[in-house]
Amino acid sequence: MESKKALKIDVIDNVATLLDDAHSDDIVCVYDKGGQAVATVASRSSIAFGHKIALCGMDVGTAVVKYGETIGRASGKISVGDHVHIHNMDSARGRGDLDGGD
Amino acid sequence: MSTFWGFPRADGKVGSRNYVVVIPTVVCANEVVDAIVRQAQMTRGIMHHQGCCQLPPDLTRVTDALIGIGKNPNAGAVLLVSLGCEGVDVDRVFAEISASGKPVDKVTIQEVGGVTRAIQLGTDIVRKMAEKLGSLQRVETPLSEFVMGIKCGASDATSGLSANPVIGCVADRIIDCGGTVIFGETTEFIGAEHILRRRAVSPAVADRITDIVNRMEHRAMSMGVDMRSGQPTPGNIRGGLSSIEEKSLGAIVKSGTKPIQGVLEYTEAPSGPGLWIKDCPGREIEVLTAMAIGGSQCILFSTGRGAPQGFPTVPVIKICGNPHTYRRLEGDMDINAGDVIENKRSIEEVGDETFQALRRVLSGQLTKAEAVNYTVSMDIHTLGPVI
Repeated sequence: MESKKALKIDVIDNVATLLDDAHSDDIVCVYDKGGQAVATVASRSSIAFGHKIALCGMDVGTAVVKYGETIGRASGKISVGDHVHIHNMDSARGRGDLDGGD
Repeated sequence: MSTFWGFPRADGKVGSRNYVVVIPTVVCANEVVDAIVRQAQMTRGIMHHQGCCQLPPDLTRVTDALIGIGKNPNAGAVLLVSLGCEGVDVDRVFAEISASGKPVDKVTIQEVGGVTRAIQLGTDIVRKMAEKLGSLQRVETPLSEFVMGIKCGASDATSGLSANPVIGCVADRIIDCGGTVIFGETTEFIGAEHILRRRAVSPAVADRITDIVNRMEHRAMSMGVDMRSGQPTPGNIRGGLSSIEEKSLGAIVKSGTKPIQGVLEYTEAPSGPGLWIKDCPGREIEVLTAMAIGGSQCILFSTGRGAPQGFPTVPVIKICGNPHTYRRLEGDMDINAGDVIENKRSIEEVGDETFQALRRVLSGQLTKAEAVNYTVSMDIHTLGPVI
């Protein structure tokens, strides 16, 4: 079966963006912006086009890095190949719920 | 030299369109405006919902916004429709638009004897204005006269990878031609403000960027909830964006790489060429209005999930980053930047296609949104309550 494609935007990123729909156990080939294959991971669940796949394991509180920048923190334990989204990562900004509001 | 063909105005500015713009100075006049614009070619109504029972800073803001829309070079002539008792300073709107040298007239519903009489009088005025404007010919104009607006909406994970880099490419090119570029959506700087700060022309401009982001974030937090689902939106989240930081890092790419000259308030216009930030929230109708107020003659709009919006007086070119969306919504999307995602063309190649399309639209070619008449929705962003 043909492997699915994902893009790792910056060399320090710990997630990659799916460029195909992936299903559980699919082999995902991760490319950098220059088109070079840099890693291969097995998808642990269905991950839709445009969504993120974990390139390494992350403990709760680990910075999720995309574009070479922090986009949030792991809110649950994340394993290689996991779908990384709102169920297991939190934003650190605009959090009126933590701040208590006005 | 790169040029476009536009309509020269008395104040030296050049329009990409040649409209009679009919402006209600308060929401209560909208239905009269709607009837007038249905009766004449080349007319556009500005169907906002503001202008009365607002606190003084907002009334000043709405007054300034209407002046900006009237002064935009895509307006060749302006008719104001007033109810007669609103909070907007109608005399100042009339005086400041007139000062730009274009014909301005006014109909006041309470003075002329009601709705049908106002429609009759307004229609006569607009018809005569349109007849006169119709004889104006386009002239070849350098792109240094162009003010480009930028917007991204209904974003997904492709926006930051294809459509926004394409717009960034065009923004750099317009500035190299001596033109002006405005981008905004302060909410979508949250988590990326440190990158924008580095591009500010001075420490004072960098601090202003931090200030407007803090102000917007505080506003978002004021209800004591997580802003997620307000921003990023449910559609953004379905498209793979998990946090405002992630959305912002993809969004700021649309501003290209040039130095940031300054930060503009919502009703301000740039004072010179180059790249400018306009402080505004992220919703389509208020952002497109902000660009029109800033004097923009055309807006580049990136989308991933498929946003159809146009604007009454300013053509809006859609650059779609998601190849699946492009195929589904081809009737609404002008440029397929999804080719970048599918490895068929480079960002630079789609950037060049967009630059050429932009010059054609500035010279009169219709956008997809204009072709399907999606050109009515707009509003003015205000800060305080309606009271």
